[in-house]
Amino acid sequence: MNVASLDQLWVYLSGNPLLSLLTTLLVFALSVRINRAVGGTPLLHPVTLSIAMLIALLLLVDMDYRAYFEGAQFIHFMLGPATVALAIPLYDHRERVRSLLWPLLLACGAGIVTAVASTLGIAMLLGARTETLLSLAPRSVTSPIAMGIAEQIGGIPSLAAGLVLLTGSIGCALGPWIFRLLRIKDPVVQGFTLGLAAHGFGTAHAFARLGAVAGAFSGLAMGLTGLLTAFLLPLITRLFGFG
Amino acid sequence: MPLIMGMSVLLVCQFAGELVARGLTLPIPGPVIGMVILLVALMIHGRVPSSLRLTGEGLLRYLTLLFVPAGVGLMVHFELIGMDLWPIVLTLVASTAVTLGVTAWVLERLQRFHTRRNARSEGKS
Repeated sequence: MNVASLDQLWVYLSGNPLLSLLTTLLVFALSVRINRAVGGTPLLHPVTLSIAMLIALLLLVDMDYRAYFEGAQFIHFMLGPATVALAIPLYDHRERVRSLLWPLLLACGAGIVTAVASTLGIAMLLGARTETLLSLAPRSVTSPIAMGIAEQIGGIPSLAAGLVLLTGSIGCALGPWIFRLLRIKDPVVQGFTLGLAAHGFGTAHAFARLGAVAGAFSGLAMGLTGLLTAFLLPLITRLFGFG
Repeated sequence: MPLIMGMSVLLVCQFAGELVARGLTLPIPGPVIGMVILLVALMIHGRVPSSLRLTGEGLLRYLTLLFVPAGVGLMVHFELIGMDLWPIVLTLVASTAVTLGVTAWVLERLQRFHTRRNARSEGKS
């Protein structure tokens, strides 16, 4: 009987989408366990933890992102239909959305202006380079929209996508503290705020932790913020003297 | 068959969304437009078919997992982020905190005002 040597096996496995798909699922399952074991703290959010562990693992075995994505793209693909599925909780809570339409729209506008102005203001004070600045600006919008906007206003699209992801995990970690500080308990407000400030990450977090009502409003905030930012951001950056 | 039917409905909406986005060269991603299309379809239909609910809610339960592959992509940007590391980190944390606070505060206030006003106008009529 011939036994293949280990490095031959590795060459086969690392070129096969099965490995990264399986690893992603296992690492995520492990992260959920770890998060539960430390009492569900948002600082070690399962997503953030999985991403950190997977990056460490990939660097360790020297596999590049493209090879990893060959397998992981099957999970990534489901983001599309999942985004469409956000219409279901939104439909379930349509009466509530309709009755709160104006407060929601105004809060959305206030949130976007705060996000963009504070981002540009703080980053300028700290002396970030212009490209970085303009890639930071659309950071609270879901990544495909953010990439488009960054390109439009003169940032770096791929950097913008990375910053969007960082914003998402920071938003999920800070959210519960801010809500406690402001004594906000309403799942509608919590969900909407998370969806606005932390886009899809926030929405996923709202669904997982705060329930379907928060998830529905979070999804609504994510969509609304994306749409409004695409129109508002070029105007605000011009106000700050860019472009 | 319910899973197949539900998934097909979601994919049809996404597909239509992509077509609209590409066709009109909108800066909005196809799935977001797909969400609007599905919402309109549900409002016309008047209820959520059980097959669609099964698939959709199943997907949404694992929404966090779906972000992991894109998140690992952060490793590609290490170099760009490293050039401006501290400004980026401080800006993200401070600005995200302010955004969360302002949005939550504004919505909470507006909502309270709104419900009070509604209650008063209902009391009058």
